[in-house]
Amino acid sequence: MAEITFLEAIREGIAEEMERDPSVFLLGEDIGGFGGAFKVTEGLQARFGEKRVIDTPISEAGIVGAAAGAAHYGMRPVVEMQFIDFISCAYDMLTNYVATARYRAFLPCPMVVRGPSGGYVRGGPFHSQNPEAAFLHTPGLKIAYPATAEDAKGLIKSAIRDADPVLFFEHKYLYRRIKGTMPAGDHLVPFGKARVAREGKDLTIVTYAATVWKALEAAEQLAAEDGLSVEVLDLRTLLPMDHEAIVASVKKTNRVLIVHEDTVTGGVAGEITAQISERCFEWLDAPIRRVAAHDVPLPYAPPLEDFVLPQTSDIVRASRWLAAY
Amino acid sequence: MAEPSVTADHAPPDGLTREQLLALYRWMRLTRTLEERLVALYRQTKVVGGLFRSLGQEACAVGSAFALERRDVLSPLIRNLGSMLVKGATPVEILRQYMAKGDSPTRGRELNIHFGDVEERHFVGQISHLGDMVPVMAGVTLTFKLREEDRVGLVYVGDGATSTGAFHEGINFAAVQRCPLIVVVENNGYAYSTPTCRQTAAAQFVDKAIGYGIPGVRCDGNDILEVYRVTRDAVARARSGGGVTLLELLTYRRKGHAEHDNQSYVAPGEIEHWAATNDPIDRYIVRLTNEFGFTPAELADVDADVAREVDTATDVAEQSPACDGPDALVGVYADPPRMPSLWFRDGVGSAVDAHERPAGWGTHDG
Ligand SMILES: Cc1ncc(C[n+]2csc(CCOP(=O)(O)OP(=O)(O)O)c2C)c(N)n1
Repeated sequence: MAEITFLEAIREGIAEEMERDPSVFLLGEDIGGFGGAFKVTEGLQARFGEKRVIDTPISEAGIVGAAAGAAHYGMRPVVEMQFIDFISCAYDMLTNYVATARYRAFLPCPMVVRGPSGGYVRGGPFHSQNPEAAFLHTPGLKIAYPATAEDAKGLIKSAIRDADPVLFFEHKYLYRRIKGTMPAGDHLVPFGKARVAREGKDLTIVTYAATVWKALEAAEQLAAEDGLSVEVLDLRTLLPMDHEAIVASVKKTNRVLIVHEDTVTGGVAGEITAQISERCFEWLDAPIRRVAAHDVPLPYAPPLEDFVLPQTSDIVRASRWLAAY
Repeated sequence: MAEPSVTADHAPPDGLTREQLLALYRWMRLTRTLEERLVALYRQTKVVGGLFRSLGQEACAVGSAFALERRDVLSPLIRNLGSMLVKGATPVEILRQYMAKGDSPTRGRELNIHFGDVEERHFVGQISHLGDMVPVMAGVTLTFKLREEDRVGLVYVGDGATSTGAFHEGINFAAVQRCPLIVVVENNGYAYSTPTCRQTAAAQFVDKAIGYGIPGVRCDGNDILEVYRVTRDAVARARSGGGVTLLELLTYRRKGHAEHDNQSYVAPGEIEHWAATNDPIDRYIVRLTNEFGFTPAELADVDADVAREVDTATDVAEQSPACDGPDALVGVYADPPRMPSLWFRDGVGSAVDAHERPAGWGTHDG
């Protein structure tokens, strides 16, 4: 099997689900003939027709609301946000309407909202955001944020089949940089199951999305330069979150560093920290520590972006501090 | 896309002097020359991020901004560089901004023409989220109304941005409050790859004015004098308490959404047709020479002058310093002015080093 990129893996996953289930259809800005700003949906309109790949006006709240209505009546809409930053325009729809539909009114809402997220690409404050934490707090939603091409495909397929609404974050830095070989057959990755990206015994790094690769790079360096054995846990989905896997790893290594690209205050790491201290405080040999973005809107200029976002060198320094504690 | 079916009135708008007629030409030429320079810098990878052109749309931005007084406020969109120049933005600022320099107007935080100046030149920088500036400008102009200041505001949106909730809420709010606001819909045929017919089912954007209870005026956006005239009328209406006007300027986006976009979605020949028959600068040159008696030499002087200005600005901007990483922490709040750096950057563990490890703490075997 040939290797394909992270981006192609998502497209392949979507196409397979469209093939399998006629109720799956796509909605978004410029996703049809143009194939989307990043070309994730390229070729899908030609293949599945204009009824199943619909170009919409620039109306995020409208698109998400319409998807919910369609989902109530048996469709499986997959919405593209041109950049995930623009999901803020649909925040009300997602948190108030979509997320509560099942609980308050027994309304099924099987839909996916997906889009390119994340920084490291000099996109400035409105094309680099990581809004996952804004939705982590919303019961009723599920959140996937894959790091590998294999997971991108397996998780988008699971997301489309899921009975509940899923936010699917696609890190744009990974789109064309990461490749993988897709497992044969109907490759599904379940929600709520973390992946041990690297085994280790001295320290656990809990992370997801693009920083998985930075953590792996750091682990490599720490092994070579310090003889440290670092375990890297890739969460894959944030809602539900695999706390069992986190706890198991922390009990093994007794030290934990949480790394994410989003800003530190109110970020996902805070929730993970709380879970660890509730579930395995006695196993800790060092304080739980976080490496995340500084609490500022993401600036555009390269030196500023580099400073604000967590880098491999930060993970290395923080790991050394933890290991020496 | 159909060409504008609006007939221009060939008299120069009342009160425009020779100097002003020439100034309009100069602003359009400066916009184009500056953008062409940005393309060159982009190809040399000196522009950080994307590059957005207003090629073929210069008359919309320049003609409308020219109808404002200095005290009036303007909020541009990505393709309204010309309006910012008219309002006093300098080429060197634009170049620094695109090159993400440390002394750019936003100190490297924001890109392209996303910057403002509420103190002196009175433009309010946009954010990327389309439509958001309409309610913001409703608030700006509401303030002028409340304080009884003789000032108006003008906000640009693209055809695509009219589909957003913020556009609708903002214009409706401003209409109800009778704010002195001009909303300019720059209808250039496309929103990224999406043609206007997929953006709205309305036959024309100006029809939407009826729904908001405000006057709407549609005009040929590639005739700079007509753009000037309709905007000037809307400004006069706003100043005299007449409230909001919706202007629809018909134009055409001859470049892709951004420099990287190859425009595969555009019908063959369409761009060339507009370039050959409906370039706002070419059209204006014909009028300046045929109707208003300017000589080609006078216009060539302007061109040379503009080229020199852009050359000088480029030299200055290229020598501007890059940003310094830790400056990213400055200015999130008024107070404290600088955020603390995180523990893994600033002397690792500073906050925790002082912490004494309790006796008896060790590795658990469980
Ligand atoms: C709310 C929102 N959704 C999506 C985008 C992504 N986006 C940026 S520009 C653009 C097209 C804009 O078209 P239009 O408003 O017609 O302006 P033009 O580019 O034609 O000048 C889109 C979809 C955005 N900036 N904001």
